[in-house]
Amino acid sequence: MTVISMNSVHTPVAPQTGVQPMVSFRDVHKSFGALEVLKGIDLDVMPGQVAALIGRSGSGKSTALRCINGLEKINGGELTVCGRNLRARDFELRDLRKEVGIVFQSYNLFPHLTVEQNVTLAPRKVNGLDAAQSRALAAEVLEQVGLSDKALSYPEQLSGGQQQRVAIARSLAMRPQLMLFDEVTSALDPELTGEVLRVIGKLAAGGMTMVLVTHEMAFARQVADLVVYMHQGRVWEAGKGTMLDDPQTVELRQFVGSGL
Amino acid sequence: MLGVSLDQYGFLVQGAFWTAVLSLMGFVGGTIVGLPVALARISRGWFLCRASSAYVQFVQGIPLPVIMFVVYFGVSIYGFDVNALVAAAIAMTLYSSAYLGEIWKGCIQAVPNTQWEAGECLALTSLQRFIYVILPQALRIAVPPTVGFLVQIVKNTSYSVVIGFFDLTYSAKILNNATFKPFVIFTAAALIYFAICFPLSRYARRFELRLNRRNA
Ligand SMILES: Nc1ncnc2c1ncn2[C@@H]1O[C@H](COP(=O)(O)OP(=O)(O)O)[C@@H](O)[C@H]1O
Ligand SMILES: [Mg+2]
Repeated sequence: MTVISMNSVHTPVAPQTGVQPMVSFRDVHKSFGALEVLKGIDLDVMPGQVAALIGRSGSGKSTALRCINGLEKINGGELTVCGRNLRARDFELRDLRKEVGIVFQSYNLFPHLTVEQNVTLAPRKVNGLDAAQSRALAAEVLEQVGLSDKALSYPEQLSGGQQQRVAIARSLAMRPQLMLFDEVTSALDPELTGEVLRVIGKLAAGGMTMVLVTHEMAFARQVADLVVYMHQGRVWEAGKGTMLDDPQTVELRQFVGSGL
Repeated sequence: MLGVSLDQYGFLVQGAFWTAVLSLMGFVGGTIVGLPVALARISRGWFLCRASSAYVQFVQGIPLPVIMFVVYFGVSIYGFDVNALVAAAIAMTLYSSAYLGEIWKGCIQAVPNTQWEAGECLALTSLQRFIYVILPQALRIAVPPTVGFLVQIVKNTSYSVVIGFFDLTYSAKILNNATFKPFVIFTAAALIYFAICFPLSRYARRFELRLNRRNA
């Protein structure tokens, strides 16, 4: 298990009246053909909050995450993200994607582009930044992930941990309001997970709203304001990180006990 | 030299020149038609997908010499006096567009789906995703099989002999009638074909090795 040292401790945002959740699931259902994968999910993530989705493989964590930025279409219930109704789909998905960044387990960097080009492609093509602006932006986000010296490298020249940090920088370059992380350290050698988790921890400390799927229990406990245990397509248990010390359900107790 | 005069070898080289011209026309035409075919093959539109697939299967189901005949005689029925070069170029275009379209379709699909998705998640439009993310990767994958197919084009231009187009094969045939030295003349023709094709195959092979090493 990876131990993270962080400079600042993230303080949860106190619930305020009038503040809308950035992500709000209400009885969300999702099926792939006959297979119902999400069986009525309820979940609120407030601005500035970090929610960690945990649970066994196949419990629907990735699917829930992919629904948030519209990669999967929901079949029932209500899902609101950054003020947009994903059930109605009465907006341009691209506009949502400008505000919601996502990072996958498999980095998915563009192999034919340098690190800097990876990071600046979308800001240039989508937001219309010019060469000077995008170079400055690249310098800024690469600094954030500690890779200032790799701007001109190609992905294949980097370690897995470095590639994943580039993927994070690439998302940050769009200046998202919300970041999604899907098991971003699961493909990494154990000695490389720390550098990636530190970057995410720093983002959390900086007040970024995030939903992350993770198997790093210590990390979830440390950065998450809300830990969500998913089981068989449902939110089985949800609460503060301390809920992992005192599971209310047999399933969560077994899950925590299994050391996953 | 071997009972064939230098002038006569020169005649062969002239034929080789027209083989090269026809190959180039077939390749350029095949690219111009084949690229849209490849795009149509991967498109989500039902009609485009079916129509392009039917085109590819239709052309691939007909022997090239028959395509040559159809184009050459088919066009002259309508009173156009097609010269053999134009007919052969059209036939080569049809032929190579079907194969190149299929090759390139495979190259585009060889770029992992996750690359499309990564572009989508960054709010790139589908056209931007194709141009900036998929195409550059597909092009690299496409070089070896495309150059490899160029070799097929060069060799298959020899079928234009059936409509009397003056290329390397045709010039060898004429020369043989004049000299009765079939072994020498056709061996010379073979060597010229080989001299054109071998460097291409080698280049394709080397590029492929380089790609594989990068991906390893
Ligand atoms: N695109 C898809 N098509 C069909 N089934 C899918 C698809 N994506 C996920 N599933 C299924 O949905 C279930 C939940 O998957 P997933 O959300 O990836 O779970 P987790 O991320 O918690 O491991 C699994 O049974 C998986 O096989
Ligand atoms: Mg998953």
